[in-house]
Amino acid sequence: MSAVHEAEPVGGPIVTRGFRAVSLVLAIGVVFMIYRFMAGLGASTGLSDGYPWGIWIAFDVVTGTALACGGYAVAILVYILNKGQYHPLVRPAILTSALGYSLAGLAITIDVGRGWLLYRVPLYANHWNLNSALLEVALCVMSYIAVLWIELSPAFMEHFKKGPDGFLKSASNTLYPIVQNLLPWFIALGLLLPTMHQSSLGTVMLLTGAKLHPLWSTPLLPLLFLISCVGMGYAIVVFESTLASALLKRPKETEMLAGLGGVVGPVLYGYTAIRLVDLAVRGQLGAIFTSGKYSAFFLVEMALFLAPAVLLRDAKKRRDPGHLFRMAMVMILAGGLYRIDSYIVAFRPGDQYSYFPTVPEFMITFGLLALEIMLYVVIIKTFPILGGSGSKAPSAVAER
Amino acid sequence: MSIDRRSLIKCGAAGAGVAIAASTLPALAARPRKEAPADAVGMLYDTTLCIGCKTCVVACREANGKPPDTSNSPGRLYDMPLDLNGTTKNVIKLYKDPDGAERSYMKAQCMHCIDPACVGACMLGALQKRELGIVTYKQEFCSGCRYCQMACPFNIPKFEWSSRAPLMDKCEMCVHRVVKGQQPGCTEVCPRKAIVFGKRADLLAEAKRRIAGSPKKYKGYRKGDAPRVYGETEGGGTQVLYVSHVPFEKLGLPDLGDKPVPEVAQTVQHGIYQGFVAPVALYAVLGAVIMRNKKAEGQKGKAS
Repeated sequence: MSAVHEAEPVGGPIVTRGFRAVSLVLAIGVVFMIYRFMAGLGASTGLSDGYPWGIWIAFDVVTGTALACGGYAVAILVYILNKGQYHPLVRPAILTSALGYSLAGLAITIDVGRGWLLYRVPLYANHWNLNSALLEVALCVMSYIAVLWIELSPAFMEHFKKGPDGFLKSASNTLYPIVQNLLPWFIALGLLLPTMHQSSLGTVMLLTGAKLHPLWSTPLLPLLFLISCVGMGYAIVVFESTLASALLKRPKETEMLAGLGGVVGPVLYGYTAIRLVDLAVRGQLGAIFTSGKYSAFFLVEMALFLAPAVLLRDAKKRRDPGHLFRMAMVMILAGGLYRIDSYIVAFRPGDQYSYFPTVPEFMITFGLLALEIMLYVVIIKTFPILGGSGSKAPSAVAER
Repeated sequence: MSIDRRSLIKCGAAGAGVAIAASTLPALAARPRKEAPADAVGMLYDTTLCIGCKTCVVACREANGKPPDTSNSPGRLYDMPLDLNGTTKNVIKLYKDPDGAERSYMKAQCMHCIDPACVGACMLGALQKRELGIVTYKQEFCSGCRYCQMACPFNIPKFEWSSRAPLMDKCEMCVHRVVKGQQPGCTEVCPRKAIVFGKRADLLAEAKRRIAGSPKKYKGYRKGDAPRVYGETEGGGTQVLYVSHVPFEKLGLPDLGDKPVPEVAQTVQHGIYQGFVAPVALYAVLGAVIMRNKKAEGQKGKAS
């Protein structure tokens, strides 16, 4: 599994104008995080006893981890389908997965009432409720965060091995061959865990029974969540690679991305077909047009899932980076809307309740995204993550 | 180097096939229905007897050490909870037909389901059916994730939204009193015996006796339905039972059918994770494929 191009650090100054702007968003988010813990969830959020879960769960965790499925989706391609040519995409994808999952974990600690007790979830094994899909999600996500950072650790160790003498260097020299030998088993775990919890994120909503609108509530929720997260995984890889090429003036990975564009068609068609057949089997096809605002949301979802599948059929168009990028955006929107709908829009606790996110909810969400971007920039500039360009990026480039 | 679509579609189709099989097979082996424990206790609420005096609301606060909720009262003079909330485990609401004379009081508290969705949801089992089938809450196992609220079809568990270290709150049928041989606070004080405490089986028989005695007075779920006891089979059955002179849907009770709310979710979940065989098998297959691919790659490398 030798890399086609050796990965290398992007280099250049870390604190640029863009970086400062993003850090301001983080600072605002931190202020609101403090407010959330001082004032409590009631005062700081739009949540209520009817809508106990809002955007921190539906977007930061459920959509966020699906967007962090790039590592999962690319690993399927490279390690299972043995498409070695996509190998340069692995490390950047694993990095965004590691960051995405870690920050989703942080979002959970902000969302739950008593985040400081979450350590009990993995430790109190004799109290585990094996009926709870949420327990499975929690345990899998915690393990997967660890697995992702282990999968990524060779990149950090390669950096420290070249660095000055000291603990980090000697530790890296000792651990590197061990981790390299064990890596296939961690990669396998890195495939198993998302398969388990991304599907279970669908099962979680199955327990809400009739409170979830019939257009969304189906025993196939786990399967639909799993398929759509793979589609979103490919989309986010295209999205990131295109942005990295443009913003960091790096060589384009058009060939590889065009290949990914070809993969998503079957995935999206499969998703749409399963969803419609399921509605037919459950006798709910009529509900597609008779459910008012739910019909509208459902039809928009379907359009967003089908548009990229159709518009990426032409192999020549897949090589147009702009077109591919736009289609990736649409796919991300499709999967994101499906998750927001399944967790918030189609959730009907009763007419007396309503939910719309508050400013603190938005600002903390934006703050977490900002933190993710900042960590991404620091790591790709310092450690060998992205495929090498042959020559170091000129430092002026990073001024963007 | 276009991707080999055929192999990919094959692989995707196989994967989808396996997944579909995994999620439909368990439907054939749905989990068995749960029965109320033999010693299950319960409460019976009869709307025809309730006069809306709210003595039960006050008694509930005293029995559970909960302060009055004056937040909605002008001048903060009165205990005026608008609904169940983080300090209110029991509340009396009024239903009034906007176009007619039909009206009824409605007592809301935990229904103590025979197969509760909240218990299925709770990660560490903070919510569990413990003594006498009462659904109780142990705060040391609660991290405040609120999945119980998402799952409960009656919207019963409430959250302490204004606390910095919030807990859940819900009626526990005064289990601390019941185990000492006392009654729950609400049933003890009710001047009209509109809410009574007893063994679920006895209460169900009593409810049916009342309906049989005055079949015209009592109603079913919707207008025109035959009179029935709400909770006998609803959502797999509840330990708190209702008989009413207005249709249950007017009282805000959900139309659940007789299927327990957690049945589908747990059938799917257990179908996929039966004995943890599928994840272990999948892991073995993934590991083997990765090793094989790696070995093939290594040989290729040596050959060239």
